[in-house]
Amino acid sequence: MAPAAAPMTSPFQRRLVTPEGLDLRLVLASAGERASAYLLDLLIMLAALVALTIVAIVSGLGVGSDGQEVLAIIWLLGAFLLRNGYFVIFELGARAATPGKRALGLRVVARDGGRLTAEAIFTRNALRELEIFLPLSLLAGAAFAGDTINAIMVWLGVIWSGGFLLFPLFNRDRLRVGDLVAGTWVVRAPRALLLVDLARDGARDLPKFAFTADQTGAYGVKELEILEDVLRRHDTRSMTLVAERIRAKIGYVQPAGETDPAFLAAFYAALRARLEQRLLFGHRRRDKFDKA
Amino acid sequence: MNGAEPRSHRFRLEREADWRRLEGLLGKAERQRASALTEDELIALPLLYTAAISSLSVARATALDRNLITYLEGLAARAYFFVYGTRTRLRERLAQFFRLDWPRAVRSLWRETAVSGLILLTATLAGYALVSRDADWYGSIMPGGMTQGRDPTASTAFLKAALYDAHGRTGLSFFAAFLFTHNAQIAIFAFALGFAFCVPTALLVAQNGLSLGALLALYASRGLGWPLGGWLFIHGVTELFATILAGAAGFRIGWAVMFPGSRSRLEAVAGAGRAAGPVMAGVVIMLVFAGLLEGIGRQLIQVDAVRWSIGGATLVVWLGYFYLPRKGLA
Repeated sequence: MAPAAAPMTSPFQRRLVTPEGLDLRLVLASAGERASAYLLDLLIMLAALVALTIVAIVSGLGVGSDGQEVLAIIWLLGAFLLRNGYFVIFELGARAATPGKRALGLRVVARDGGRLTAEAIFTRNALRELEIFLPLSLLAGAAFAGDTINAIMVWLGVIWSGGFLLFPLFNRDRLRVGDLVAGTWVVRAPRALLLVDLARDGARDLPKFAFTADQTGAYGVKELEILEDVLRRHDTRSMTLVAERIRAKIGYVQPAGETDPAFLAAFYAALRARLEQRLLFGHRRRDKFDKA
Repeated sequence: MNGAEPRSHRFRLEREADWRRLEGLLGKAERQRASALTEDELIALPLLYTAAISSLSVARATALDRNLITYLEGLAARAYFFVYGTRTRLRERLAQFFRLDWPRAVRSLWRETAVSGLILLTATLAGYALVSRDADWYGSIMPGGMTQGRDPTASTAFLKAALYDAHGRTGLSFFAAFLFTHNAQIAIFAFALGFAFCVPTALLVAQNGLSLGALLALYASRGLGWPLGGWLFIHGVTELFATILAGAAGFRIGWAVMFPGSRSRLEAVAGAGRAAGPVMAGVVIMLVFAGLLEGIGRQLIQVDAVRWSIGGATLVVWLGYFYLPRKGLA
């Protein structure tokens, strides 16, 4: 990659080099996102279980004992499938994500960048028994522990097993125990929309403005990105403020009838054109203080 | 250069249609399934993916449009996972699992399997010895809910009747389903516990053996050893084998956590997970069989000799399936 490439520095960015030689620069999901996704999935599972139970009870009212047995079996297997299969089935799909993860824009990925196998998905979810079920059942036990010695033992158990639950907070890759064993991790895979190119209108009007090289040379990439944000937000007040500051800085006199948005769009296009031109020659001007 | 539009603007105009097409195809494949794509689309997809990858590489080096780069990064990653992701058909995948992956994984865990089996055997003998010497041990070994009146205070007639109780014959399938879900949940739990340095898994396996030994001792003291054997082993061979394998899978992981060897701990544990995963998937399948044999088979078959032979046959089948040398299996 050219030395002029944008320096992306995030402690949660990881390399995944495709066979074509491009680093996809995946960003790991944060603990908060993981927890939210999990809670969302739990709610969905709970709703499904309640629905399954209601359907089983309602349809059980009208049938004989044979029918009730079938319903009981369906309920039992359904609950089992829900507990052990929900995560596995969704993560086996093309998006490798449960509805909760999809909502948060996350997906499961093999750590080595290779194929995500069914065994890995099975393993990473089987370990949830250790991470979630064990602390929860010990906690339930703690609530009913009788004498003091017993209570101390059970609470020690809760603390011990809580370590598995909080495991993701203690490693830099935010790995669950299940991720660790299965060789997977969870990354951000948001659906970014391709918005209108801000340079489109600006570039059309550029000839009217005719900025000089000195004027477009006043700023760097950082200012360009701030300008991009201002234009995307389209807030009249801040656009006026920014337009005035830029005009003052580059010594540009506003002709009658020229609006601030039109000026900003044109200046954005001109600045981007210049900075990209310099980028081609290997100069990446970070900000206005960068004299390179 | 004044009055010129940014290069990245033209760059985007020339390629945007391809990106949009790729996005559409990915959306279609993800929403429905890969087979929903027509032949033309399947041919186009890798080409569009390569184009997107090269667009991203160019954009990173030459474009200063942040939205463009973010969009392309998302698109390229999504396409990468689709193009290089799992796309084998379910049927082929299952066939490969039964033909190769499962037996191979079980074989590779032979050391752990031996240890796990030894723990079970030792615990069984210990349970047997303890209860034979002093029947009071029975109460401490057996979990309260499991005895269902089968304890040293029960009459021999009651103990014998419990072996041939057909549960009224109705409700058998429910019984089978219950046994399966219960045992499978415990097996998955035992596997997961392996991560905690093997010890809890070993305890769970030993607990199984102790109860088994205690029950055997109780029945043997009344001269009911043979019928109990039939009652237990018709499904127990499969179930205990599954328990041993679940323990072995847990041990492999716990061992890698404790002693990663020359590899990093992260790699060692992931490697252990790869080896143990298929074994655990197989354990769940074995427990389906065990549940059916226990819940239905045992209740319908009341002859000891037949129960024993079914138990023996399942042992031969499992051992042969896992360990018999054959082509393609190293």
